Amino acid sequence: MSGAELGLAVSVFLACAVEAVEALTIVLAVGTTRSWSSAMSGVGAATVTLAAIVAVLGPALTALPIDLLRVLVGCLLLVFGLQWLRKAILRSAGLKAKHDELETFREETEAAKAAGARRPGFDGYAFTISFKGVLLEGLEVAFIVLTFGANQHRIPLAAAAAGLAVLVVVAAGATARAPLAKVPENTMKFAVGVMLSSFGMFWGTEGAGASWPGGDAALLAIIPGVLLTAVAMAWTVRRAVNQAPIADLPATPAEAGDQATVSA
Amino acid sequence: MTRVEAFLAGVWEFVVGDDWRTALGVVLALALTALIASAAIAAWWVMPPAVIGLLALSIRRAARDSSRRG
Repeated sequence: MSGAELGLAVSVFLACAVEAVEALTIVLAVGTTRSWSSAMSGVGAATVTLAAIVAVLGPALTALPIDLLRVLVGCLLLVFGLQWLRKAILRSAGLKAKHDELETFREETEAAKAAGARRPGFDGYAFTISFKGVLLEGLEVAFIVLTFGANQHRIPLAAAAAGLAVLVVVAAGATARAPLAKVPENTMKFAVGVMLSSFGMFWGTEGAGASWPGGDAALLAIIPGVLLTAVAMAWTVRRAVNQAPIADLPATPAEAGDQATVSA
Repeated sequence: MTRVEAFLAGVWEFVVGDDWRTALGVVLALALTALIASAAIAAWWVMPPAVIGLLALSIRRAARDSSRRG
């Protein structure tokens, strides 16, 4: 496996794992509160939809001229990657609330209870919430699988990495029988942001007609460079927040979440 | 909002997210790279500072908005 393929597999695995943790929380909440069979039907329908998206768009993307594909993929990965990085940096500085799986589980459980009495048989609420949760969390992963995979003509490898991540998360969830609250989601999102931004910069530049010194080996400098830059920015923002006058700071983590400018 | 408008809004939100300036900056930086490369001049150096600058500006905007709301 080449370095670029390893990067592809690691990026897709991490991105998929972190989204799967969030989807698992939603499915657990409606499954335990309403109906496991309906919730799992929603998971199955969303999985089939995501697989269909990858199966239909994959061949269409790989049919594009390589330079056009690379510049499109590079652009998309950079836009996605910079969003992931920015949110991770803001969370690490306390300017955006961290994702709390236990709190999400509690909210989803209360909403499921408030949705009315459960009827015997198929439960539309459990199906719909599970379907939406898995589809929305999985859509970005599907695009990461498509863009990374199509660019290297390794969509099966990207899909396998995503599938492995789902299996690991589901196995951990089944063992714990609870939301995976101890998974370091923000660190994982930070890592995904670094990888997406690095590969996006690499492929976007090549697709635009420029060549990196050293070819593929340039990634060995780009990835650590993006990582160090992002770590330095996170440290700088944290330091600025810590040195701000007390009156300017949010009083509680919840308040920090209220003040955040971007949604989770 | 019609279904088409809702779909387009969803696509915009999905691709561009909540910071259109960063997305526009990425497109402009790639266009500049293509322009320089088309003149047979080395252009790989355009994206690294562009990406660092875009990320820094995006975080600065978010932090400033956050303190304004506070």
